[in-house]
Amino acid sequence: MSQQLLRDSPGPAADAPDPGRDEVRDPLSAAGRTAAPAAVGRGPAAPPAIARLARRARVLLKSPGLVLAVLVIAVVILWAVIPGAFTQWPPDTGVPSARLKPPSAEHWFGTDSLGRDLFSRVVHGSATSLAATAVAVAVGLVAGSLLGLLAGFLRGWVDDAIMRVMDVLLAIPSLLLSLALITVLGFGTVNIAIAVGIASVANFARIMRAESLRVGSAVYVEAARSSGVRWHGILLRHVLPNAAGPVLALSALEFGMAVLSISSLSFLGFGAPPPAAEWGSLVAGGRDYLVAAWWLVTLPGLVIAAVVLSTNRISHAFQDPERNRT
Amino acid sequence: MIRYVGRRLLQGAFVLWAAYTVSFLILYLLPGDAVSIMASGDEQNSVDPALVAKLRSEYGLDRPLHEQYVIALFKALQLDFGVSIKNGVAATQAVAEVLPETIKLAAAGFALAVLLGSALAIAASFSRNRWVRQLVASLPPLGIAVPTFWIGLLLLQFFSFRLRLFPALGNDGAQSLVLPALTLAIPTSAVIAQLLIRSLHQTLGEPYIEQIRAKGASDALIHFGHALRNAAIPTLTMLGILVGNLLAGAVVSETVFSRTGIGRLTVTAVNSRDIPVVQTLVVLAAAIFVITSLIVDLIYPLVDPRINTAARATA
Repeated sequence: MSQQLLRDSPGPAADAPDPGRDEVRDPLSAAGRTAAPAAVGRGPAAPPAIARLARRARVLLKSPGLVLAVLVIAVVILWAVIPGAFTQWPPDTGVPSARLKPPSAEHWFGTDSLGRDLFSRVVHGSATSLAATAVAVAVGLVAGSLLGLLAGFLRGWVDDAIMRVMDVLLAIPSLLLSLALITVLGFGTVNIAIAVGIASVANFARIMRAESLRVGSAVYVEAARSSGVRWHGILLRHVLPNAAGPVLALSALEFGMAVLSISSLSFLGFGAPPPAAEWGSLVAGGRDYLVAAWWLVTLPGLVIAAVVLSTNRISHAFQDPERNRT
Repeated sequence: MIRYVGRRLLQGAFVLWAAYTVSFLILYLLPGDAVSIMASGDEQNSVDPALVAKLRSEYGLDRPLHEQYVIALFKALQLDFGVSIKNGVAATQAVAEVLPETIKLAAAGFALAVLLGSALAIAASFSRNRWVRQLVASLPPLGIAVPTFWIGLLLLQFFSFRLRLFPALGNDGAQSLVLPALTLAIPTSAVIAQLLIRSLHQTLGEPYIEQIRAKGASDALIHFGHALRNAAIPTLTMLGILVGNLLAGAVVSETVFSRTGIGRLTVTAVNSRDIPVVQTLVVLAAAIFVITSLIVDLIYPLVDPRINTAARATA
């Protein structure tokens, strides 16, 4: 469970306090604002589009890990959209004679205690898991970005108030925060998705605030402002496009973290009730058969790990060009 | 220095107050107060509305919200977070009863994580073989991506059921602590290793390391005598969040291994919508974060004498 820490990884190398400077970052407030120093000093220099595409393609070919990660995510998304194309077994009806069969050519992931094909359940469950993850990231992205923009644009006491609350949210481990929210929202997949989303708001707010502060104080924005561009023009034309990179990198990272949080929460039993399959609840379902059927826990968990590893890799790729561009 | 600590304590108190207020707003503003949850507990014998009203006034739930908040805050200052809906025990007592078990687990997990994490980082930095180095460096991202509950179940499957080395569940003795602590330690150690590898790499590129090397120091002396200490500082910064993660990990680890502790308590409290206990746990988590951050600030100068916390605070 390292969600909170991972969230700090967009740019930890740049965040790392330099022991040469006589400065200690104050963890209480710094936890909320580490992104600021990392973001400073990035110019808006953009090479021509074609050259950029060619460079992207070269970079992609040079890193087979990234290609693999994109493939994994593509396959999982296809699972969610057209599960029927990947498995002919039904997810919810089992064959009683085929109970607890180990993985084979016929049943790739084996079968569960009711004779249901586990691979089919994982494939069909990916729609629920991915939808919940998407909801969580969307909630965090929209609410967090809005709060971050407000803080960065209005400054003053609005900034102080919003960021103080965000600091408090960051002081509480995200899983615990999600659990507290579930206490009031109630159980179910949608509710855990919203809870996980709210728990990630602070991270998005932090990045968005840092970006809008950075862009807002750039010379070209000052020029635009003095030549009469209204605040919404500056927001749409300058702040949002420039903030897109870091926010996208965080979204990819948060996507993986949300997959982990949602599967953890549904493993703990707060997700959809039994017949529905979700990756976390599939792992939970295998708990009672640890001795007899190793595959019930191992294989769905492997899928979760592969997805999270892939999104982390993709997030890393989003960050890299940003970091190298000075 | 005293002024600095005082200021930090004040800041910490603010975070705690804010955590209490935020959790109060979340938990009490939304529909379904404690009494209606208690009343809806069993639907077949519906609770007498008069009794519900009486209970509501007893709990003070019929008062306006700001009054409820002020009363609750004053009680919270005396460490009274209300009574557990489930069994009528004071919420703080319910938490305090199981807290030692979780502290044991978290301490063991943290020690293991520091050991594993620094071993990995040192191995990655020491090895001259490029393949070994890349293999070791690829482990931390893996450890971060893997779900904690899955690690726990795999350990359980392999070490308890297949090899029968450790008991599968319960809280008796050091034997039963090994696997849950390892479950906690693996993701945390991955985070520590990742941070350390990065900062070790950075530190080893500093001019003073080159100078030490030019003077003839061995790799071991460079690592253990000089670089490691400086490289540890960014990791130290993260300690507050790392400890928070241990707490979150305990929720999963204690559930997988059926251990008593505040993690298990959290799950049962959420399950029975036991709001006072949930709020106590949230404030406790914030308190742990505040205290850890303060401790980190105070030990910075011990690790790196150039950092003068108090001087910076007054500057």
